[in-house]
Amino acid sequence: MRRTGPLKLCLIGGIVMIIQFFIPHKFSKNFFDGIVSWLIVSAIPALVIGYYSISHLHLNKIKRKKEGFGYSIVTLSSIVIMAFIGFMWGIEENSLFMKIYQHIQMTMQATMFSLLGFYMASAAFRSFKARTPEATLLLVVALVVMFGRVPIGESVFVKLRLPNLIEWILMYPNMAAQRGIGLGVGLGMMATSLKIMLGIERGWLGGTGK
Amino acid sequence: MNLLNKFMNMDRRWIYIITTICVIVPFIKPIGLPTYTTPPVKNLYDKVDNTPDGQAVLISLDFDASTLPELYPMAVTILKHCFEKNIKVIITSLYIQGVGIAQIALEDVKREFPDKKEGIDYTFLPFVIPQLSLVILGMGEDIHKTFPKDYYGTSIDSLPMMKEIRNFDQISVAISLAAGAVSRSWITYANQRYGASVAAGVTAVMAAENYPFLQTKQLIGMLGGLKGAAEYETLVEKKLNIKTRKAACIGMDAQSAVHIMMIVFIILGNIAYFVARRKK
Repeated sequence: MRRTGPLKLCLIGGIVMIIQFFIPHKFSKNFFDGIVSWLIVSAIPALVIGYYSISHLHLNKIKRKKEGFGYSIVTLSSIVIMAFIGFMWGIEENSLFMKIYQHIQMTMQATMFSLLGFYMASAAFRSFKARTPEATLLLVVALVVMFGRVPIGESVFVKLRLPNLIEWILMYPNMAAQRGIGLGVGLGMMATSLKIMLGIERGWLGGTGK
Repeated sequence: MNLLNKFMNMDRRWIYIITTICVIVPFIKPIGLPTYTTPPVKNLYDKVDNTPDGQAVLISLDFDASTLPELYPMAVTILKHCFEKNIKVIITSLYIQGVGIAQIALEDVKREFPDKKEGIDYTFLPFVIPQLSLVILGMGEDIHKTFPKDYYGTSIDSLPMMKEIRNFDQISVAISLAAGAVSRSWITYANQRYGASVAAGVTAVMAAENYPFLQTKQLIGMLGGLKGAAEYETLVEKKLNIKTRKAACIGMDAQSAVHIMMIVFIILGNIAYFVARRKK
């Protein structure tokens, strides 16, 4: 029952929602409204589980003094301190909470992401080579798009009265490739959904599927 | 050969230093190169500009601080556009961290438009749950049920501008400023399920993925990376004559310098590679 119950529920729920999608009747719409409300309500306990899970994981690390347990102390204390500050002094503009958010967290995240630019510059110089015809094509297109997507390149294109080559590359060859990928992903999602509904894919139950 | 080897095995710190210079110098001495408008940006501008009375523009800041330099100028410039044209705005975020950024953007723009009032000219909706598709579906059914209170704790029903706005039928365009694939969820649920007009503001690396949706009009417009933001800034400045600091346009000077630097490095790297291969 512990295994078959959720599987039956998933199959019935899946079929009902597929049928509901194609029926534009008021009853069907009300039913969908109700389901959305239920889903929103049921998503809230997920936050509690999330907090429990992260606390449990890091507390265990600290207790057993596993490698890098210092980071766990930082993580847990950050959660507690930020929650405490938010509850005590509010989260309005100019509050301590927002100051920490704006001047510490935002700055750290922006710095981490900015580092990518340096790595990309170094990696492009070292590994972006025209070794094969395919790599050469990729290289040439990449250089043209890189040049044309910034004002200096645009100005050159306009002065030479060249057609908007960059928009053409993005609108046709790029779009064709993206659509192919999109169709593949879409079909894959449909197949996976069917496998879940039919009980073939059982990873979501928390086991190995056996 | 020795020089060639030295160049190919150049210490990466030299590249980092040159990159740093290319980023910093344009900020100190902006070049001010013109930005040309592309159709996806113009379409979004026109859609926002032609918002009819009784409808609002929804801006969802679905990103965190890591992509702030690219996406934040978009939020600011669209907000300025709406406030200048007296278009009502609903601002929200499906990311918990985006709420703080939305608050900062709102406060930033309000300094230039101090007469704009919460609940009359704009409504700030809070983060509700971490299931973004459910929030979009909920908004499609009834915004008042999904967000019973606004960010400041005021009942949505008591806000004058929200009295007539119930769902996507009263939203002229929903703009998702997103770092990840969140704009896809807006297309899937808001556009496909409820027929809402959806536009996206995405990072430059994500822009290419969205072109199929532009062609099918599932996205009515798109701002692609900092360039998209700069194009929108230029349109707002030209058409509405708003003279303020153009963060995205200044950023584009730095981006121009870095792109040119990378192009030069890639070309030199390839020349060195071919010369070395021939000599072998």
